[in-house]
Amino acid sequence: MGKTLTEKVLGRKAGKDVQAGEVITVSPDYVLSHDNSAAIIQEFRKLGVKKVKAPEKIVIVLDHIVPASEEKYAQNHKSIREFVAEQGIPHFFDINAGICHQVLPEQGFALPGKVIVGSDSHTPSYGALGAFATGIGRTETACTWATDEIWLRVPETMRIDLSGRFLAGVFAKDLSLKLIGDHGAEMANYKAVEFAGPAASDLSVGSRLTLANMSAEMGAKNGYFAPDAKTLKWLEGRARGPFVVASSDPDARFESVLTYDLGVLEPQVACPHTVDNVKPVGAVAGKPVDQVLIGTCTNGRLEDLEAAAAIFKGRKVHSGVRCLVIPASWEVYREALKSGTLAVLVDAGCVILNSGCGPCLGAHEGIMAAGEVCLSTSNRNFRGRMGHRDSEIYLASPATAAATAVAGKIADPREFA
Amino acid sequence: MSQGIVWKYGDNVNTDVIFPGRYTYQIMPPEEMAKHALEDLDPEFAGSVRPGDVVVAGKNFGCGSSREQAAACLRAAGVQAVVARSFARIYFRNAINLGLAVLQCDEAVDALEKGDAVDLDFARGEIRSVKSTFRFLPLPDSVIGILEAGGLLEYTKKKLAKE
Repeated sequence: MGKTLTEKVLGRKAGKDVQAGEVITVSPDYVLSHDNSAAIIQEFRKLGVKKVKAPEKIVIVLDHIVPASEEKYAQNHKSIREFVAEQGIPHFFDINAGICHQVLPEQGFALPGKVIVGSDSHTPSYGALGAFATGIGRTETACTWATDEIWLRVPETMRIDLSGRFLAGVFAKDLSLKLIGDHGAEMANYKAVEFAGPAASDLSVGSRLTLANMSAEMGAKNGYFAPDAKTLKWLEGRARGPFVVASSDPDARFESVLTYDLGVLEPQVACPHTVDNVKPVGAVAGKPVDQVLIGTCTNGRLEDLEAAAAIFKGRKVHSGVRCLVIPASWEVYREALKSGTLAVLVDAGCVILNSGCGPCLGAHEGIMAAGEVCLSTSNRNFRGRMGHRDSEIYLASPATAAATAVAGKIADPREFA
Repeated sequence: MSQGIVWKYGDNVNTDVIFPGRYTYQIMPPEEMAKHALEDLDPEFAGSVRPGDVVVAGKNFGCGSSREQAAACLRAAGVQAVVARSFARIYFRNAINLGLAVLQCDEAVDALEKGDAVDLDFARGEIRSVKSTFRFLPLPDSVIGILEAGGLLEYTKKKLAKE
């Protein structure tokens, strides 16, 4: 019996042959945390050890509330900076870097065959580059700092075979929402999701990051693409060290296989208050919005900003809409600045914010009042997530977001070509 | 090995009904958390559960938010294990890391009903009742060690003290 990519990557780390269902203990390649490092530090202090075991494996990225919006967050950031200095943690990214899930790929931590755990539920993003990456809790992050070990259950794998090509106005985000709408938010609970098939290799690394990121909303433990020539090219000049490319054997065991033709998809919108409440854009077009958010770890990359700019060019944000744009990282920010993309967005009336999570988690920079409606390119629309419990969040692609910002109501991006 | 009584529930028992959101941001000791365990699913539970009891449920137990209290409150209430068809993955990790055994066994879920007496044998991977003996995939030593220590923090503390 062949092995899946996940079984191979985890097996190599465990130093033995492993199969789905087994629980193994591994020493991860990297352990990610962000602003929640402040809480993790408190747990770590309870363990009675002075030093983290492998400081070079710890990656801390401040991204959730950057710069600090109030005193308690400022104190958290301060305690993290002090801990980083005290422990000699070399991989620390302060408030001028970006969202962790964009920074780790760009900075060459997220590599094929690596095992990366992170105290953030969207850690599966790094599977876009062929890593095994999964979210963990705060307590276990603290313990992993102390021991350099973590237990993991080897997941079964669901394969999603993709064929065809997206029509104009349809993107990876639409595919992810369609999948979750069709199969429910627990469709891949505890499983690995492999995106495969002839169309997988056509997708850009940015689009792969979007899909791997959204695998968390399918309940997946990890979501991934087998590394290919596109992956390796993207990693040139970024990879921090050697890596081993793995992919699933032809006779590997997949628990289930779904097939999707990209060529028949329409733009999709997830409606309040669950990510699996998905409708084609036509079914919700015309719904007035107060705010549009373009960014986040799901859709804040250069291709996302360019898709939005293509619609904003020569048009204006509707007078009744606040349109917030957050490049996912400073690298994206600089590229968008150089390419003129940011100029198009600013000329259209978008508000550009510092790279970070922004209002996605409801802590700062665009909190919603009661009764307000936001269309966002982020990944969660749970009740109250971006502010008042009586506000509403719709999720969609950057193109749908830009069309909506121009129209002042949910709009089909294909009408703005 | 220890004995307890079964409390039986259905599919998709979410963390909101295990430990309601209205208490999630209140800092409370475990014995206080236990008083709210399963409050919005089974108001009878918290007042009647006894140490060693077992919760049996369907698929996707613990779906929803990642709040650690949803595992902590059951453990504080004395529940020795949750037996289900499947668990939401973050719940599965949180439960073991907080010292609550989570066992997957379809046959036991099919057969067991509320009030049944069961013995759990972790070493042999068995759930025994007068109806039958059900096998679950035995938990590996590393996970049993975490459960026996009472959770990952205590387990890690002991392990580090030995080094």
